[in-house]
Amino acid sequence: MDVKTIQIQVVKPGWLSTVQDLGRYGYQQYGVPVAGAMDLFSATVANRLVGNPDDAAVLELTLKGPELEFEGDSRIAITGADLSPTIGGTRAPLWECIGISRGSRLCFGTPRAGARSYLAIAGGIDVSLVLGSRSTHCASETGGFNGRPLRQGDVLHTGQPLQSVESLMGKRFPDQLVPRYGKTTTLRIIPGPQQNLFPATALATLTGSSYRITSESNRMGYRLAGSRIIQKGSPHFISDCTTMGALQIPADGQPILLMADRQTTGGYPKIAVVISADLHLAGQSAPGDTVTFVLSTVAKAQTALRKHRALLDAALPPRHLSPIASHG
Amino acid sequence: MPTSNPLRRTQRTPQGSIRLAPLGDSAITVEFGDEIDPCINACVVAFTNTVADQGWKGILDIVPTYRSVTIYFDALQWTFPDLAQRLRRVPRQSSDAIRSGGRLHKIPVLYGGEWGPDLEDVAIFAGLSPAETITLHTSVRYQVYMLGFSPGFPYLGFVRERLAMPRLSTPRTKVPAGSVGIADRQTGIYPSSTPGGWRLIGRTPIPLYRKSRSTPFLLKAGDLVQFNSIDQDEFDRLSGESARADD
Repeated sequence: MDVKTIQIQVVKPGWLSTVQDLGRYGYQQYGVPVAGAMDLFSATVANRLVGNPDDAAVLELTLKGPELEFEGDSRIAITGADLSPTIGGTRAPLWECIGISRGSRLCFGTPRAGARSYLAIAGGIDVSLVLGSRSTHCASETGGFNGRPLRQGDVLHTGQPLQSVESLMGKRFPDQLVPRYGKTTTLRIIPGPQQNLFPATALATLTGSSYRITSESNRMGYRLAGSRIIQKGSPHFISDCTTMGALQIPADGQPILLMADRQTTGGYPKIAVVISADLHLAGQSAPGDTVTFVLSTVAKAQTALRKHRALLDAALPPRHLSPIASHG
Repeated sequence: MPTSNPLRRTQRTPQGSIRLAPLGDSAITVEFGDEIDPCINACVVAFTNTVADQGWKGILDIVPTYRSVTIYFDALQWTFPDLAQRLRRVPRQSSDAIRSGGRLHKIPVLYGGEWGPDLEDVAIFAGLSPAETITLHTSVRYQVYMLGFSPGFPYLGFVRERLAMPRLSTPRTKVPAGSVGIADRQTGIYPSSTPGGWRLIGRTPIPLYRKSRSTPFLLKAGDLVQFNSIDQDEFDRLSGESARADD
């Protein structure tokens, strides 16, 4: 099947469906949030399965997926959360390159595991690059499809696929590498830059209890409920940089786990940061789920990330290395 | 917020100690002090520029804030100890040399009325007339300490002590783009319409953020800003010019 650019009709938008890529780097010094996929691992696998470069734009579908009508033949891959996808009423497999033909409807049903599904389409979603990225940051109405989530009646266009990659059809991501999402997730953490503002017992409190993800959680961050972490002395902290995975502690002692749409700077001290290799699991957690934390180190975290990436590359080599944004 | 004290400058040599801390496995925060101070911030800006000039591959972002800079890196290309060592070897300039380097931006503001709905409250807080409040706000050449909160939002310091009114207890849900506000000893400009709690004293017709430009942002950390008071006619004329320039 020779795949070309196609149009996709948004019949129903789903609860929160946005265009995302690897994030908007290079402009944090101007206060521009990074955004990007909440689960970069699943987004990358989806892209590789359809023969896209890692930085192609995908759709991030949250809990209740959309209904999409394909106005041309293409190949797609759905990864991440199982939101019960069907094509023409038949259950569609996850973590696999599948063909979709003109006039087909891709629908989603009950969320079974995980919170965010990633839909990659050959050629990627064709929206304009804004400050070097196609990611949507809804709060600042930047990037993606008009800076906002999809709405009924929107028409998406795909880009030109890199080449005809027939051999990918039916290609599956190895089962043993597919993450399992549960209601409880353990995340490894590294002590943060302001751990010294907390009593010596604070990290033990954090790792010794479990935290519930509250309903006040979104792409900017998750408000957690559990054992309180209280600063030593009177709260004093000068705003500085944040990062995805940072655990901020506001005055009420309930941690906030910062995610993809976080602001670039924040005024709460960061007691710890979730390691990069585990962030994709955080991205698959939903309100009501539980997270626990275990202590790690920078060296172990970097080793874990390299190992994770090596397994991915061995299973699905990158189409070509995604260009790393250079500091402008 | 502490008052800037010129005597401090002699105590902050370029060899002053820095603290490097991991911000996760893919970022390092380099701290130059623990207060909001023009000299500390000047060191931050100089260090930011020097690191950027190195042109190292695998560096994703270099982000200055009041008293620290965070370097985001690709952890597949850098180990933490390697980058930390390289950062420690980056040459540092004296803060005096740094502070003369910022570009000066003159930013016109229409103060008061619907454009600055909190001007009278700030004047009452300061025990001044609105006109005297405007004179005081325009009398300072502010330093851009950092950008954050929303794309292109500059944190400027310091406003004169008597104008240092705290934030609104309940933030506005929508602050118009171009609004100039005060929060304690900081002043700032909202580049786009967002929620916000700063006391709004005026509005500038000059856009701070233009997505379509090759250089989308007017200001960067280390720049200097001086406000000047304009009337309605001038505001309308400049607004028209900005709109035409965007076409």
